[in-house]
Amino acid sequence: MTSLLVLVVLVLVSVAIWQLTKIFDLTQVGGDADNSQVANDNDNNVNGYLMFAFLVFIYITTIVCVVKYGHFPLMSNSASEHGVEVDRLMWISMILIFFVQTITQALLHYFAFKYRGKKGNTALYFADNNKLEMIWSIIPAITLAGLILYGLYAWTNIMFVDEETENPMVVEIYAKQFGWEVRYAGEDNVLGKANVRYIEGINTLGVDLADPNAQDDITASELHLPKGVKVVFKIRSQDVLHSAYMPHFRAQMNCVPGMVTQFAFTPTITTAEMRNSPEMIEKVATINKIRAEKSKELAAKGEAILDPYTFDYLLLCNKICGKSHYNMQMKIVVESKEDFKKWLSEKTTLVQAIKAQEQPAEEISIEEDSTKVVVDSTLVVQVVK
Amino acid sequence: MSAHDHANEHDHGHEHEHHHKDTFITKYIFSIDHKMIAKQYLITGLIMGIIGVAMSLLFRMQLAWPEESFKIFNVLLGDEYAPDGVMRNDIYLALVTIHGTIMVFFVLTAGLSGTFSNLLIPLQIGARDMASGFLNMISYWLFFLSSVVMICSLFVESGPASAGWTIYPPLSALPQAIPGSGTGMTLWLVSMAIFIASSLMGSLNYVVTVINLRTKGMSMTRLPLTIWAFFVTAIIGIVSFPVLLSAALLLIFDRSFGTSFFLSDIFIAGEVLHYQGGSPVLFEHLFWFLGHPEVYIVLLPALGITSEIIATNSRKPIFGYRAMIASIIAIAFLSTIVWGHHMFISGMNPFLGSVFTFTTLLIAIPSAVKAFNYITTLWKGNLQLNPAMLFSIGLVSTFITGGLTGIILGDSTLDINVHDTYFVVAHFHLVMGISALYGMFAGIYHWFPRMFGRMLNKNLGYVHFWVTAVCAYGVFFPMHFIGMAGLPRRYYTNTAFPLFDDLQNVNVIITMFALVGGAFQLVFIWNFFHSMFYGKKSEINPWRSNTLEWTAPVEHIHGNWPGALPEVHRWPYDYSKPGHVEDFVPQTVPMGPDEEKLHH
Repeated sequence: MTSLLVLVVLVLVSVAIWQLTKIFDLTQVGGDADNSQVANDNDNNVNGYLMFAFLVFIYITTIVCVVKYGHFPLMSNSASEHGVEVDRLMWISMILIFFVQTITQALLHYFAFKYRGKKGNTALYFADNNKLEMIWSIIPAITLAGLILYGLYAWTNIMFVDEETENPMVVEIYAKQFGWEVRYAGEDNVLGKANVRYIEGINTLGVDLADPNAQDDITASELHLPKGVKVVFKIRSQDVLHSAYMPHFRAQMNCVPGMVTQFAFTPTITTAEMRNSPEMIEKVATINKIRAEKSKELAAKGEAILDPYTFDYLLLCNKICGKSHYNMQMKIVVESKEDFKKWLSEKTTLVQAIKAQEQPAEEISIEEDSTKVVVDSTLVVQVVK
Repeated sequence: MSAHDHANEHDHGHEHEHHHKDTFITKYIFSIDHKMIAKQYLITGLIMGIIGVAMSLLFRMQLAWPEESFKIFNVLLGDEYAPDGVMRNDIYLALVTIHGTIMVFFVLTAGLSGTFSNLLIPLQIGARDMASGFLNMISYWLFFLSSVVMICSLFVESGPASAGWTIYPPLSALPQAIPGSGTGMTLWLVSMAIFIASSLMGSLNYVVTVINLRTKGMSMTRLPLTIWAFFVTAIIGIVSFPVLLSAALLLIFDRSFGTSFFLSDIFIAGEVLHYQGGSPVLFEHLFWFLGHPEVYIVLLPALGITSEIIATNSRKPIFGYRAMIASIIAIAFLSTIVWGHHMFISGMNPFLGSVFTFTTLLIAIPSAVKAFNYITTLWKGNLQLNPAMLFSIGLVSTFITGGLTGIILGDSTLDINVHDTYFVVAHFHLVMGISALYGMFAGIYHWFPRMFGRMLNKNLGYVHFWVTAVCAYGVFFPMHFIGMAGLPRRYYTNTAFPLFDDLQNVNVIITMFALVGGAFQLVFIWNFFHSMFYGKKSEINPWRSNTLEWTAPVEHIHGNWPGALPEVHRWPYDYSKPGHVEDFVPQTVPMGPDEEKLHH
């Protein structure tokens, strides 16, 4: 089927080439058939009109794209506090770009059409005009100064977090090929030290279990966040570069092995609220329609059908990290403070989890091997410390 | 210093008789003649271009119809990488990586700069040849060697390099992380090291030639803008390529000798590696110190070519000649202090991000000056819409469309959310990929008669341009929108995220445009090779241009001009000057007694 499609495309393309060449050849009839391969008045005419047509094409492409795909999911409905500011700056820049693009493309293509060459015409000898050049150096300079100032103001607000006065909740995001884990700092709001050299068994994040700050740390495979609380993410990677991309929150930071990077934001819309927003209901409906159609095709082939889609915030990997880069994701749940507390309190700390795992092993070893007990008890001592 | 050097002082006709007869090998293979070397660069670049574009079509098909079976995948990629015609995810990344590498370095750096700097620098400044013909020959053959090594890397057992063209470690350093980082990556690094050596030899040669071998009367402010662009490009190359070489060498050390320049605290495949204290961010700095100027190494020659072609075909002086030179220099200078805008969210200090936002957005000013000057040059012209002219106008159009979105990406605040999405892909493909490619096509259509003594078929040229122009917008314009929807680049398929399901039909449209656009490049290839042998014989100055290369005989000879070197009396842009019968006044025509002394 698909190879047939490709074949059809190829045939159509060759027919199109042949036809277009013919059209251009035909436009030569009546002109001075000089065969010099240099553009004559006829060529200038045809291509001048095509230039004008191309301007129309650019405008139509723009309008179609804006109408069909321009719901701008990343320019509205931000789910974080700073995101509103980012969106505003994005809109300002976009409108500016749109305006400049429309005008300059019009001038360029209209001039190409209007001043298409004709034998006997003479061009204007116009080599310089300091005033004009001054105008188009200064206007962009002023506009950009405005954008730079606004951008830097927003950037400083987003990136510099004063952890002492703002007292944000500390959460670690941990990346590895090809998945994510998170660690909550617990009661003390301080993460225990960690290094890949401590990785062992279920301590997959390499937490230093001897560190007092690590005793109340809680790990999870799903990122839950309380609404309205500022969260600072401490980001680590275990193997290669990854990038923690949370598009709905206008948040992204690379995960660099050997280094802790950070990003902070305040979620403002819970998952449930986002699901119920009219925009999202519409988007989910569209996606589910597409999925239902695809499922029909799959069912006809006897393959498993697709699950219907419900909206969830996501953490995506956005830095090439290997084969399964395209499927490195984690669900983010934003909920009320109470729900979040409840969810977190049901989790056991990492230290407890390790203990629970070692307990039975220890009991057995007491009976069977006296030397092993020594080893295990030192471990326990270390853990308790 | 070359064998031709003394010819600069002597009468060449006299010298020519002394010349030993060229054998096939010295004329076509190990030639030290800049015109032949230019042709060698061009044809090698075209072949690499065909490979690079073909790769992009393959992975575009995978993106439009994810994990579907295509016979052509099986034929081209083999049973291992496309079992039953379904492209595997690791070869997808390899194709993306090698496509980027080939297009940026082998086509748009060597193929573009190598071809036109070599062809035009001696011819347009009135020199017999490059300062060192021998170095020039070595430069080409190193480029050829590096191309061969790069192609060989596609066939090694563990697969070609697949860490993206930016080869960030640790991914590129650890074969455990991705198989392509084994032998494939080693060959990639070797190829690039050779490439950099080639590029440096070429650049040094260009700079020395422009400074020393200008003919009598050819002052710096009488140089065509092409030469200014090539000259400044060569300087940026000399400044920034060695930094990439150092990055590549340090990466080789990390990979092969266990040093820790870029690696630290890594746990992979169940074991802790010994690396400690290095930082991948350091590599990013070194890489982008070349990587960003590289954008202008690719773009400036295209802009230079366009300036020349737009002026000639508008039958008007280029508007604001000095402002154009100033903006070339400003862009070149700024290009070396903006690399950090690729790294806003790399984990470097956010204060640095502020600095780089500032310098980056400054580049918009000289760029705007250039765009407006091009548009003003068209105003009230007598436009001869030759294929070269169409591609030049097309360049200005894509340069504007692609350049404008740079305002978003250069702004650190906005970059947070569109970094590494398809928005970036759309941006750089338009502003440097398509623009530079258009510059290259424009140059080929314009100077083909100068290279091969024959004309390209103009009607095929028109077909080539219009289909390419429509397809380029069709491919890259919608890409902005899937990027703004948050779709990351370098994803093998979007099917893992139902969130992006509504973008799948956009991907199909993009791929359709890409396939048609790619197929129509065959029109150009056919036109190129057919016209080389059967095209209409060219006149000495078919475009009625002012510059010196059109005063040299159509048939190539060593030393370019049979008699004495031409003497220059005016700037190159006296088109439609009042008081002259013709609408062009070649640079060799002496100033009339009462001629207004515009621009010397």
